[in-house]
Amino acid sequence: MSLDPITLSVIQAGLQQVCDEMDLSFSRAAFSPVIAEANDRSDGIYAAEDGALIAQGAGGLPVFVGVMQYSTRRLIEMIAAGDVAEPRPGDIYIVNDPYLGGTHLMDVRFARPFYRNGGLYCWLSNTGHWPDTGGAVPGGFSASATAVEQEGLRLPPVRLFKEGVLDPEIYAIICSNIRVADQRIGDVKAQAAALLVGEDRLGALMDRYGDDTVTAAIAELRRRAVQQMRAFIAEIAKGTHTATAWVDSDGVVNEPLAIRLSVTRDGDDLVFDFAGSSPPCLGPMNSVRATTLSSVYLAVRHIFPEVPISAGAFEPLKVAGIEGTFLDAQYPRPVSGCAAEVSQRIAEAVFAALVPALPDRVTAAPAGTSGNLALGGHDPERGRDFVMYQLSGGGYGGNAGHDGLSNGCSTIGISKAPPVEIMEQAFPVLYHHYALREGSGGAGRARGGFGLDYKVELRRGQAKASFVMDHGWVGPQGVLDGGDGAPNEVCVLRGSDRHVPAHLSKEQDIPLGPGDAVHVRTPGGGGYGNPLDRDPNLVQRDVELGYYTGAEAQRLFGVVLSGNVVDQTATAAFRKKQR
Amino acid sequence: MAREATGQVVGVDVGGTFTDLVQIDHQSGAVRLAKVPSTPENQAYGVLNALKAARADLSALDLIVHGTTTTTNAVLERKLSKTGLITTKGFRDVLELGRRTRPQAYGMKGEFRPIIPRDLRLEVPERMDAEGRVVVPLDEAALRAAAADLLAAGCEAVVVHFLHAYANPRHELRAAEVLRDVWPNGYQTLGHALLSESREFERGVTAAVNASVQPLLARYIRQLEQELQEGGYHGQLLVMNGNGGMVSSARVAEEAAKTVMSGPASGVIAAASAGRAAGLPDLITYDMGGTSTDVALIRGAEPSVSNETEIEYAMPIHVPMVDVRTVGAGGGSIARVNAGGLLQVGPESAGADPGPVCYGRGGTEPTISDANLLLGRLDPARIASVEGGVTLEDVRAVFEDRLGRPLGLEATGAAEAVIRVANTKMAGAIRMVSVSLGADPRDFALFAFGGAGPLHASALARELGIPRVLIPPRPGITNAIGCVVADLRHDYVRTLNTGLDALDMDLLRGVFAEQAAAGAALIKTEPVRLSGVKFVYSVDMQFAGQTHLLRVQLERPDVGRDELRRLFEEVYFRRFRVELSEIRANVVNVNTSVIGEREPADLSTLIDPGGRKASLQEARVADREVYFDGWRETPVYRRDWLPPKAVVEGPAVIEQMDTTVLLEPGDLVRSESGGNLLVEIGGGA
Repeated sequence: MSLDPITLSVIQAGLQQVCDEMDLSFSRAAFSPVIAEANDRSDGIYAAEDGALIAQGAGGLPVFVGVMQYSTRRLIEMIAAGDVAEPRPGDIYIVNDPYLGGTHLMDVRFARPFYRNGGLYCWLSNTGHWPDTGGAVPGGFSASATAVEQEGLRLPPVRLFKEGVLDPEIYAIICSNIRVADQRIGDVKAQAAALLVGEDRLGALMDRYGDDTVTAAIAELRRRAVQQMRAFIAEIAKGTHTATAWVDSDGVVNEPLAIRLSVTRDGDDLVFDFAGSSPPCLGPMNSVRATTLSSVYLAVRHIFPEVPISAGAFEPLKVAGIEGTFLDAQYPRPVSGCAAEVSQRIAEAVFAALVPALPDRVTAAPAGTSGNLALGGHDPERGRDFVMYQLSGGGYGGNAGHDGLSNGCSTIGISKAPPVEIMEQAFPVLYHHYALREGSGGAGRARGGFGLDYKVELRRGQAKASFVMDHGWVGPQGVLDGGDGAPNEVCVLRGSDRHVPAHLSKEQDIPLGPGDAVHVRTPGGGGYGNPLDRDPNLVQRDVELGYYTGAEAQRLFGVVLSGNVVDQTATAAFRKKQR
Repeated sequence: MAREATGQVVGVDVGGTFTDLVQIDHQSGAVRLAKVPSTPENQAYGVLNALKAARADLSALDLIVHGTTTTTNAVLERKLSKTGLITTKGFRDVLELGRRTRPQAYGMKGEFRPIIPRDLRLEVPERMDAEGRVVVPLDEAALRAAAADLLAAGCEAVVVHFLHAYANPRHELRAAEVLRDVWPNGYQTLGHALLSESREFERGVTAAVNASVQPLLARYIRQLEQELQEGGYHGQLLVMNGNGGMVSSARVAEEAAKTVMSGPASGVIAAASAGRAAGLPDLITYDMGGTSTDVALIRGAEPSVSNETEIEYAMPIHVPMVDVRTVGAGGGSIARVNAGGLLQVGPESAGADPGPVCYGRGGTEPTISDANLLLGRLDPARIASVEGGVTLEDVRAVFEDRLGRPLGLEATGAAEAVIRVANTKMAGAIRMVSVSLGADPRDFALFAFGGAGPLHASALARELGIPRVLIPPRPGITNAIGCVVADLRHDYVRTLNTGLDALDMDLLRGVFAEQAAAGAALIKTEPVRLSGVKFVYSVDMQFAGQTHLLRVQLERPDVGRDELRRLFEEVYFRRFRVELSEIRANVVNVNTSVIGEREPADLSTLIDPGGRKASLQEARVADREVYFDGWRETPVYRRDWLPPKAVVEGPAVIEQMDTTVLLEPGDLVRSESGGNLLVEIGGGA
């Protein structure tokens, strides 16, 4: 069946709309702030035969761009093999097994079969980050887990809803294994209702344009997406581009993990080869295959935001060499760090490899850590236990157009940070400061953005601090002669003791008493281009604003200030000597 | 209270391109209109020019209601008064750090300019905790030193923004007393004054915006008043606020931030008023202009209001504003074929300069307006009158070259494709706005205005399943009409954030009573004739553990606990189709709006009744070929000539000075008594 170009564009917009409405419905009705405020969720439409991504909501969390198609594919394979019950109309499968096309246990996927004229036409699926799925620590980010069982409850695909009705027995098992279970019903209903919205809207789209037309359009759109991705690949210089990115440690063994990447343009394809990366690790910094692939896709989409989120767009992107590395972890390796941290290091490797080939499009490395600090304890004044999370941003990389953004969110997220006032309302803490981290942006023609500097004190009771961060060992990479951003720094102040974690960015269960505090300084972004090429007037302004000291202006940028004003002659002479 | 002696009222709205004016004589019913170019450097000239163009006798006017973009433009272009911030030690960077996001989900780029630069943000020792208890007392010597430093740096305005001041404003209030001695003018904004709720970034930005536009707005209004007085005007000047109400010129600068986004609000107010008069209280407003389209929701003739508007990336202004959402496409949106061979319309726009190809100002990329022209929806003859000597053939060539060839279509087919794709995208965006506000578009009528709104409205309504489209008499000056029909309005918000089970219901009633009394007292001082004062009560609620709020409207302030719970659950179910009786509800905000209602204006003469023809045939000025799934000979009518009770079947084109109405085949339009056109989608079939 041949399709006119108008119908094709209109159906493309229609499929996108179905997914965007699912996203909206999910977020608006969700309870967990992680979903409702931080949009840590995603919704999409997947092919019946192989789970290939047909369309996904534009507002979904970036790390999920590629994940759910693998999750759906595994579900389809398991149904075909008879390992999972056959679907019936109204069923919703729940699954969070990382090794079955997932991320970490907290990302819980729902999948609902979509029927048309009595036959399975496609799958509607969504993922939401649950605040807790059990395991050793509240929230699931255990820095010292050595097996997935310590990270929480692992669910194989089971039908949580059977023909539209919630199975109370499965639900009871889940609730008995997770924390704050009483509020979870709100998220479960919101997640299921979003799929129902998708069913209604997709049905309406097919009624309007006809099943054959929509089917033909889906196939054609996939072909077009391949073509579009290939056109972008053609912008990349031929040959092989390499980079290495480092994960500080796995949280258990204090040794850096290497992500070694070579990107090769092979005809129309782009091959991302990770051979030579570190082997699977003991601690939770392993990535599973689906997350590794998705990290490559999201990095490419950061470079080419015009590309639609669809299986076709990813088809020319080939990932190789992950077998036997920590980027393709197998059961029972712990994986809680994969979505929040390792994924960002993979993206950093992609950026670093491609920036020389696409200097106008790619930025220097962003802070690239979620900066996850958890405080769990007891508040005697309110007589209750609490778990507080502080996720933080950092500086973004400089780029061809401008300096990096300060305090941007993680590469894989799009979420807002909670205000200090809300944190202090909810938890027995007092922030001493919440400030821009001066001097942290990597020097460059375009400098990196600045990280965050905060110190938070426990006011009463007892608590334990845990954190899963990264980039403590080396800062985000500068590019094209730009300097690195400042690395992440954590210091725990207990009485007169200043404790710097052995793993720099990861540690678990550090006991705190009243008056003890945690001081966190998040990374700045990498610099872009030679700092000696930076406009001295911009450097002067940076000093006026207190971003750098006068001494740093000279040391990092070769700009000599006299009073607060650039000494042009001295600067020219000094820069000449530096080159 | 002063009287409106002659009943002559002027509404004048300054837009990006034009300043529009409508003058209504309430006694004779006479109406005068004017449209003159805006004068961005000093909007007062445009206002005076418009008065001149309308030949208004300033000495005979009672009331001028003014919508200005002075503050909106100042914020968006960062042309602000030099303003300093004095804040809690350790927190001066809150305004720069924001809430840790980025401008777009994909692409690790983008910039952010804080509203006050870092060297003008100073810290003083002081600290409250979340319960409002003093942790560190206010260091008054440091405060005086900071003020002196800011004055030395040339600041004209100052913001005092302390952490947790919503819980206990004592330090901010004390700081104001200290500043009164040292600061040379009244341009001081306290963080908790406009918005007394938690979230230091949002509250701080709101206060900082207020301070940095206050001197500008005060000067502008003073100058305008002076010019008007010199012209012989003795009446009152009222200024539109973003909440769709208006305030007297004497008071407007105190809460200058409230005037931001007042232009789009006026249009929505006009729509609500027109809908009420036409018996269509539930409307989706659709204002399509050259670069963008604004959409808002009106239920029960009340525009939806939000306290959480973000006027651009990371620039929240948390005061009540009519909830107007901007959704991409405008007449200047550019169409391109991407590398995958798919047609895309927008988000790039040719804007007003160079604008579409057909403007003849050097535009070379095909736009929505150009497509309308090629399809005969806009009058192709008009192109002869533009400068630059561009011809219809030139436009056709651009479509063939840029779109037709890669898509395998003729120019006409390409133009049709552009319109179809643009309409699909706009319909999708309108749907998202209504769904996000918990509304099904099929339950609404579409109110189409702006230069391009009436051209696309029928197609969009069909796409969205909306049964009716209402087109006001003067779609191009709707904002000015909003000024004429707007009420006085004061909104109050108080955060309680308490579980419903534990809520002291007497406290709730007390807050309502306090808010109502404050608003009524304020309105009494405004020198405007009113027909009545209305009180609108609501609470913002959520289930415990949620972050989103839902507004529950109350018919009266003395609501009971069980009733409130039931009302909230009903609203929740309507919005989400989810019933959650197992979870506790919270009452977060208590809101009262006090509305001083003005007498309704008679707008039926916006189209001169004397100019109307006796028969439809006489109003038909031409026939031309218009493309709808094929070329069709289509009658063209002049709007001002349509008989009072005309009924027209689509396809048809109805042209007027400021817009073109397109009626698709099968649609039926009636000319209503209020001067509106009411389109019934599919009503002619």
